[in-house]
Amino acid sequence: MEVEAAKMIGAGLAAIGLAGAGVGIGIIFGNYVSAGIRNPSAAPKMFGNALLGFALTEATGLFSLLIALIILFS
Amino acid sequence: MGLFISTAHAAEAGESPLHQFEIHSLIDISAGSTNLSFTNSSLWMVVVTLAIILLLAVGMRRGSMVPGRLQSIAELSYEFVANMVRDNAGDGGKPYFPFIFTLFMFILFANMQGLIPKTFTFTSHIIVTFAMAAVVFIGVTVIGIVKHRLRFLTLFVPAGLPIFLVPLLVPIELISYIIRPITLSVRLFANMMAGHTLLVVLSGFAVSLSGFFVLPALAPLAVTAAMYGLETIVAFLQAYVFAVLTCLYLHDALHLHDH
Repeated sequence: MEVEAAKMIGAGLAAIGLAGAGVGIGIIFGNYVSAGIRNPSAAPKMFGNALLGFALTEATGLFSLLIALIILFS
Repeated sequence: MGLFISTAHAAEAGESPLHQFEIHSLIDISAGSTNLSFTNSSLWMVVVTLAIILLLAVGMRRGSMVPGRLQSIAELSYEFVANMVRDNAGDGGKPYFPFIFTLFMFILFANMQGLIPKTFTFTSHIIVTFAMAAVVFIGVTVIGIVKHRLRFLTLFVPAGLPIFLVPLLVPIELISYIIRPITLSVRLFANMMAGHTLLVVLSGFAVSLSGFFVLPALAPLAVTAAMYGLETIVAFLQAYVFAVLTCLYLHDALHLHDH
């Protein structure tokens, strides 16, 4: 197989890892909203934690995106 | 980064989207075999530091009871970080407030400055973020050892652990402690680099489409604008996360497991 073609396939495979980050972010905000509906008075206090969880989850997905970019452009 | 204008050039010239992260020397300085050149990265670090000093010095110059616009920003950022340290580092975290405030403002301004077209985001370089994370890691470890002496090692043994699980869990705890500077630095660096690469790739779509169809080219442009908004949020969030995690690590070192 040509190296260029293998690079493309490898980058595509590496980007699959982002699916996990998508699921994780969905779980975080889904749970935040459902908890906020149950107890609206506690919702503003937990928004910071929700954002923190979002950033931490997104970062794990970005690790795989980073691998994809490195494969593609180096 | 940003660089809508140079992005167009890049798309035309077929340059890589990673071109924007290139470091070039502005003033060549070398000591022996060590390259100490003043680069575009160092230039923007100086600019960011001056901007923070200017904001705080000019903002607090009058120090009136009813704050003006600039004074409000300075006071808000001070209070925001002060609350963060109080909530996350617990008692005894107060002496470290200046360090965390500096760290937070530096990263925040660096990320925000990077979103302005034609500038350079130095937080998209792992060496910069790793240096900051290494300072945090070494500092926190030294604080823990000085404060608790040998009792610091109980940090690696979760409370109420059955004795037969110790050989299994202690290496795991140890590894998760040691990779802290790596995760801390890679998180910030990967977010900045991936975000800015994504912006260039997306705006490259708009540029290459506009050569054929003008109307459909508006779609990637709209997506780029939306991503710019998200990137602004991410720029703030990553600075926040970096500072909060520093507070949490500090809390671990100051209080071990007891709260």
